[in-house]
Amino acid sequence: MDVIETVFLRNNLVVAFAVVGVVLWLSYVLAEKLTAGRIHGSAIAIAIGLLAAWWGGETTGGSRGVADITFLGGIGLMGGGMLRDFAIVATAFGVHLDELKKAGFAGIFSIITGVVVSFIVGAAVAVLFGYTDPVAITTIGAGAVTYIVGPVTGDAIGASDAVITLSVAAGLVKSILVMIGTPMVASAIGLNNPQSAMVFGGLMGTTSGVAAGLAATDPKLVPYGAMTATFYTGVGCLLAPSILYFAVQAFF
Amino acid sequence: MIIYGVALLSVCLVVGMLLGEALGVMLGVEANVGGVGIAMLFLVLVSNSDTFKSLTTGVSGDGIRFWSGMYIPIVVAMAARQNVAAAVEGGFLALTAGIAAVVVSFALVPVLTPQNRQD
Repeated sequence: MDVIETVFLRNNLVVAFAVVGVVLWLSYVLAEKLTAGRIHGSAIAIAIGLLAAWWGGETTGGSRGVADITFLGGIGLMGGGMLRDFAIVATAFGVHLDELKKAGFAGIFSIITGVVVSFIVGAAVAVLFGYTDPVAITTIGAGAVTYIVGPVTGDAIGASDAVITLSVAAGLVKSILVMIGTPMVASAIGLNNPQSAMVFGGLMGTTSGVAAGLAATDPKLVPYGAMTATFYTGVGCLLAPSILYFAVQAFF
Repeated sequence: MIIYGVALLSVCLVVGMLLGEALGVMLGVEANVGGVGIAMLFLVLVSNSDTFKSLTTGVSGDGIRFWSGMYIPIVVAMAARQNVAAAVEGGFLALTAGIAAVVVSFALVPVLTPQNRQD
C-alpha cells in the first residue's frame, strides 16, 4: 500500500494526465453510443468533472473539488490557473486578426454591458430576498458578476463574511451553469461564429465557464470567447466597488 | 525545435500577464486586467507575422499546437477542481442570483452580436 501511495503522490501530475485521459475516452464513447454524437464528448467529460468535484468537496470538506483527494492532487495543478491560462492562450494560435477586428467594438461593449447587467440582476435578487444594506446588495450583485469580483468588492467596501460567502456561491453557480448550459442554448442564441463568441465571452465573463462552455459547444470558438472573457473580471473589480456601489447607495 | 514554440507561447503569456497586472495597478484594481487576453493578442500577432515564421511553423509550431490540443483535458481537470459543494450549499439566494444572471446574459448574446450582412 505504501508503495502505491508513494508512486501516486510523487507523480501526481502524471497521474492526473492518465485519469483525465481515461475520463475523456469514456466520455467520447458515451457521447457516441448513448447520444449518437448529439451531446459533445467534452460536455460529458466536463459534467463528469463537476460531479466528481461535488463528490470530492462533500467527502473531504475542502474547497478544491476532487483535487483535495490525496491520490488526485495532480488534478489541482493540471486544472489550476497557470496551465489553464497557458492552454487558453495557445488556442489563439491560428486565429485571424480580421475576425477579431470584425467584433472589436461589439466585444468591448459586451464586457461593460455584461458586468453591469449581471450586477443589476444579482443586486435585484438580493433586494428580493430582503436585503436593504447597500454594502450587502453591492457584494451579492458583484458575486453575480464573477466569484472573484464578489469577494474583492466585499473586502473593499467592508461586507460581512457571510455575505462574501454568498457572493462567491452566486458566482460559482453562474460559472457552473455557463459550463453546462452553453451547449444547450448555443443554437438558440446564434453562438456559431467568432463574432457572437466574442460577444458571448464579454457578456458571461466567467473565464472557467466560458472556457468549458465553448469547448463543449465548438472548440474553434474558444479563443474568441476567451479573449473578451479575460477582461471581464478586471472590469468588474473596477466598476463594482466604485460606480456601481455608489449607484446602489443612491437607491438605498 | 518543439521548445522554441513552447518558449514563444510562454513569453506571450508572461508578457501579457505583466501588462495585465500593471494595468490593474494603474487602475487601482486588485485583479489582473485582461492579461490572458493581451497574451492571446500577442500570439495572434506573432503567428500572423513573417518575422517569427521560423518559431511558428513546422516542428516549433507543434510546440504551440500541443498545448492548444491539451486545452479540453485541462478544462476537464479545471471542472473537477471547482468548489461545486460550496455552490450547492450557497442556498436559494446564491442559486437564484447565479441562474438569473446567466439567463439574462444568454438572452443578450444575439442582441449585441453585430448583424451578418450577407443574409
